[in-house]
Amino acid sequence: MKPKDTDDAVRYTESKLPLKTFYSPDDLKETDYKRDIADPGVFPYTRGIHPTMYRERLWTIRQYAGFGSGEDANARYKFLLNQGQKGLNVALDLPTQLGYDSDAPQAYGEVGRVGVAIDTLDDMERLFDGIPLDKISAAFTINSTSSIILAMYIAVAEKQGVSQDRIRGTVQNDILKEYLARGTYIFPPGPSIKLACDIIEYCLKNIPRFNAVSISGHMNEAGATGVQTAAYMILNARVHIDDLLKRGFHIDQIAPLIAFFTTSKEHFFESIAIVRASRRLWARLMKDKYKAKEKRSMLYRIGLAADCGNLIGRQPLNNITRIATRALSSILAGAQALALPAYDEAYAIPSEESARISLMMQHILADETGIPDVVDPLGGSYYVESLTNECEKKMNQIIDDIEQRGGMLDLIERGDIQRELAQQLYEEQKNIQAAKKTVIGLNKYALEDEDIARYESQMHEYDASIQERQIKTLNKIKSERNNKEVNALLKELELAFKREENVVPFIIRAVKEYASIGEIVQTIEGLYGRFRPETGV
Amino acid sequence: MSIAKKNPVRILVSKPGLDGHDVGARVVSMAFRDAGMEVIYTGLHQTPEQIVKSALQEDVNVIGLSILSGAHIPVCTRIMQLLKEKDATDILVVVGGVIPIRDRGQLQRLGINGIFDQNSTFDHMVQFIESQIKKADKTNLRDP
Repeated sequence: MKPKDTDDAVRYTESKLPLKTFYSPDDLKETDYKRDIADPGVFPYTRGIHPTMYRERLWTIRQYAGFGSGEDANARYKFLLNQGQKGLNVALDLPTQLGYDSDAPQAYGEVGRVGVAIDTLDDMERLFDGIPLDKISAAFTINSTSSIILAMYIAVAEKQGVSQDRIRGTVQNDILKEYLARGTYIFPPGPSIKLACDIIEYCLKNIPRFNAVSISGHMNEAGATGVQTAAYMILNARVHIDDLLKRGFHIDQIAPLIAFFTTSKEHFFESIAIVRASRRLWARLMKDKYKAKEKRSMLYRIGLAADCGNLIGRQPLNNITRIATRALSSILAGAQALALPAYDEAYAIPSEESARISLMMQHILADETGIPDVVDPLGGSYYVESLTNECEKKMNQIIDDIEQRGGMLDLIERGDIQRELAQQLYEEQKNIQAAKKTVIGLNKYALEDEDIARYESQMHEYDASIQERQIKTLNKIKSERNNKEVNALLKELELAFKREENVVPFIIRAVKEYASIGEIVQTIEGLYGRFRPETGV
Repeated sequence: MSIAKKNPVRILVSKPGLDGHDVGARVVSMAFRDAGMEVIYTGLHQTPEQIVKSALQEDVNVIGLSILSGAHIPVCTRIMQLLKEKDATDILVVVGGVIPIRDRGQLQRLGINGIFDQNSTFDHMVQFIESQIKKADKTNLRDP
């Protein structure tokens, strides 16, 4: 006898979507396979952007790494590449992300800490020493200073004899999520969007296979639910698309350069449904609203990472289990790339051992489980297809709501969304602290007097000598380069900004003469200032 | 819910250094406000000099620092140094974020009064700060 569907104990996903006790064909009565699901690689791509997905080509194993100097990171990258990592995912230190050279007062204590320190092209050359850029692609988690990092990447590739059009890689270049969640913005929104779109335009013309922007979902870690984040990502992508359409480009020139990146969260099936819903929503948006003709414009290409914000510093080895569930949901969702944090990222940069465990996790899933052999294994599940439908519906509601309220850019500038997200996170934290939301090892099965210090013996150590070494190198570069030429190029860059030209070629020229990140940013800062938003608390 | 208190604790919550993940600081600020404290949140990218200046200008009882980038030792060293120079060591300093156990002794020796992490509850933080203020009030009379 079929059990009744009871309402008295309703369960919800992380995004507050209600869950039935079980799902059946009745729940998919309105769903048409050809129209709404379709085969993998067929519009609207619900089941995957390629017909054969992992059978033919595995997701890119792209572990996030980087610290210290160019040489230090180079050694870690070679280790990871040796252990089967396929693409690089470069972490940059905060001074680099915020446009400060290693000798700036603001950089004190931060040089080479959370990522690699890059001051000039010289550091980038050390970073990629012995790594062939015609074979390995690099994704850079860089936003405000994307243009400078991209320029350096191009310069290094050229020195290796790899022409621009053969370069593969990504710059994250998503300034909107910086205002929303991550905080490494430099300039105000207007000039920042202009600069971001200059990068997309430059790549469109010169490096069309490059991911000039990776619209990201860090809002997941700043109080947004998974569905909200996915909706915001669509809206953020559109801000860039609309800007480039105004510049006279066609959607089929623009859309293929946009990639996406987000995190898989604790709700296993919702994380999968969100990605499937996003693929379908994006395809429909490109085709129906933007009138895209090319298949490449309609593909929602996404890299996934396990959510770091939910890694716990109590009984941290449990994080391996957490990371594994996110890894599994990411693969079942059909991600193009996967980056897994290490279990100790709750409190440190990964040690070599913890980094290795996460990397091996990818290999085990790829080579031992048989999961890659069949595309979209959850396709057709009454539950997953229903949840996919619900996610798409909710995403569209959020998108309509934001547009009615004035659009993403407007709301970000006013700080409205940031305030709402902080309020949401506050409510969630209160729930966790009241044990209304279970976190194992924290509010359930916690250990009294847990000896946390014992995990720290394996911790990655920050090398405090890096700051001195970087400053020494920087001073040497400055004394050896053609300073007259650098100054002239910085002046030309300033004028290019004033003339509202595409500034990327000017940045490339400056970078090739070993102008530093700080010098270039100061040039731009002179025009637009550093952005100080309302705190809204 | 806000509880108006007679002598509310005044706390400056700040993000020193370059770490941009501010939602934790915002959330903690809300919790302090709901517990009846007067909260001034400085926002991101504050230098130690700016923090100490704001703390004195706002006449706070407590400085709360949110640091997730690992730069807590250099930041706290500088801030405690500045407070000493300004003869303002009666201001309590608490730190939250990602602070390894091995560094906590050093922070305490610098004069940091309280260290919290992602596992600390709002209630604990509020109670801790209020009890520290009470203790300090007994030994250091301030104008009501």
